[in-house]
Amino acid sequence: MTIANHAAPTQSGGTPVADPNDHDVVAIPLRRPWRIISAIAVLFILAAFISSVATNPNIDFGTVGTFIFDKRIVEGAWLTIVITGISMVISTVLAVIVAAMRLSSNPVLSSVSWFYVWAFRGTPLLVQIVLWGYLGLLYEKLTLGVPFTGIVFWQIGTNQLVTAFVAGLLALTLNQAAYSSEIVRAGMVSVDEGQREASYSLGMSPLYTFRRILLPQAMRVIIPPMGNELISMLKNTSLLSVIAVLELYTQASMISAQNLKQVELLIVVSAWYLFMTSVLSIPQYYLERRFGRGTSRSLPPTPFQRVKQAFVSRRIPGPEPTPETTPIGVQR
Amino acid sequence: MTITSPAQTAATGEALVQIKRVRKSFGAHQVLRDVSLDVPSGTVTVLLGPSGSGKSTLLRCINHLETIDGGRVIVDGELIGYRQAGHKIHEMTPKQIAQQRRSIGMVFQRFNLFPHLTALENITEAPIGISGKPKAASKARGLELLDRVGLADFSSHYPAQLSGGQQQRVAISRALAMDPKLMLFDEPTSALDPELVGDVLDVMRELANSGMTMIVVTHEIGFARGVADQVVFMDGGVVVEAGRPGDVFDNPQRQRTKNFLESVR
Ligand SMILES: Nc1ncnc2c1ncn2[C@@H]1O[C@H](COP(=O)(O)OP(=O)(O)OP(=O)(O)O)[C@@H](O)[C@H]1O
Ligand SMILES: [Mg+2]
Repeated sequence: MTIANHAAPTQSGGTPVADPNDHDVVAIPLRRPWRIISAIAVLFILAAFISSVATNPNIDFGTVGTFIFDKRIVEGAWLTIVITGISMVISTVLAVIVAAMRLSSNPVLSSVSWFYVWAFRGTPLLVQIVLWGYLGLLYEKLTLGVPFTGIVFWQIGTNQLVTAFVAGLLALTLNQAAYSSEIVRAGMVSVDEGQREASYSLGMSPLYTFRRILLPQAMRVIIPPMGNELISMLKNTSLLSVIAVLELYTQASMISAQNLKQVELLIVVSAWYLFMTSVLSIPQYYLERRFGRGTSRSLPPTPFQRVKQAFVSRRIPGPEPTPETTPIGVQR
Repeated sequence: MTITSPAQTAATGEALVQIKRVRKSFGAHQVLRDVSLDVPSGTVTVLLGPSGSGKSTLLRCINHLETIDGGRVIVDGELIGYRQAGHKIHEMTPKQIAQQRRSIGMVFQRFNLFPHLTALENITEAPIGISGKPKAASKARGLELLDRVGLADFSSHYPAQLSGGQQQRVAISRALAMDPKLMLFDEPTSALDPELVGDVLDVMRELANSGMTMIVVTHEIGFARGVADQVVFMDGGVVVEAGRPGDVFDNPQRQRTKNFLESVR
């Protein structure tokens, strides 16, 4: 920074004024009164809202407190996490396969992949969930065998295998895979073609190139939207209440059906969803850092470093610190 | 397969790289028409020609980054990208092709370093991951190569932290780490600021002096004069003229060559 702490020479008092080019001058930041006024207005509205909720006689905060750690609620939250975790992992693997099919030069594979995304992205998730829940009506039995030959290895009643839990998993996973595959595809397309050529010229196989060179670079583009998807997946599990999967929202509605404290239990549920989604954004941040290596000249600060910076440097913004660069030219 | 051992090749005096009547089209556009060229072991060949004459395509056919429509490419007695069965040749599997490419290094105009790996990791990725060489030895070799191109202090820098000339020297080291028999350079200095060209050319000159067989597409006439054993002028997908640098540059036989040389001077 070129701004000094000491005061500029004053003109009053008859002291001769030094040429400003010789001395450092103090820069006075522009006053921004509207910033303060708008901040006060927003805070006022917020305070009014909070007080209207807090003093509302129709909301019984004692009930919120009683149920926030109720056994059924905690079990529901746990099932929500389990379903989210399993669906996200399987759907991501599927998404990579679907994206690879879509990018393949084989027209059958790429058409099938296109059709899959079209069908699962184009219909409401709620409808898909109910359809999977009713699978037993469509197919009474599920059979493992050779198609079109009548050879059967194994057979089971549909409702025995596809419980509400499994139907819910299937619905969320297959739907998510369609969305994620488009994200993965965009990531793969974002990697420069020269990377593949350089890898091949070194004797890397297509699979090795994909795994070690292309995918890690695509991850940089893939991770931010995937974080979003993970959070919407977590919230979408609440839709499984329509097929009576005992996740968080179902548990809460069952309780409120008995005690008629609907709003209180919705507050409980919202608190849990907010908590879980907040926790989920932490790993995303560090993954982004991990896969951002090499893209900029210095890594972005962690949130902790950012907070520290914000408090330490509450001064006039100076020029960005110059990133560590290397001198150009031969160093022999 | 019709593989002759290197010893046999040397004994029969065959060139390390033999390009025989290679043809290549992109759709209806014939980019290479009957190109033939021999590059003896330990020599440097410079490819010259106007834009679109097929220089890059020819180079990419040598390590099978492009398939060919006819003719054959033989490196060290081995047919590249295809295996012969009677009167027909069949394309190899990606795995077999990858195996062949390990002994042919390539350097690109746009460097194509792996941006998520450090300079040293760029160099050791293939030896460790592909050839299965021990990590410690590969790292030591990588550092030695970096030292050779004047970048000993930059091993832990990411490509984005290096200048173009430094990146290109890392890219050369990366190719050399696979111990290739042949190095292909596709306009290695065209993307560089003029003041950085010299460092890269110095490294290439030193490599040539160490006996590496090289095929270089470049418009650096000075480099070609000083280093090349053979200069090949291509235009419209054919070899128009080939010979010693002195002959081609000072006494070109064809009008097309003369015109081109005047335009680059
Ligand atoms: N993948 C491709 N698909 C279609 N046409 C191509 C492809 N690659 C190259 N070509 C065409 O082949 C011709 C020769 O290209 P090539 O890159 O070999 O030329 P070059 O001699 O290297 O030119 P330059 O000096 O501009 O690099 C050009 O007309 C180009 O448009
Ligand atoms: Mg070219």
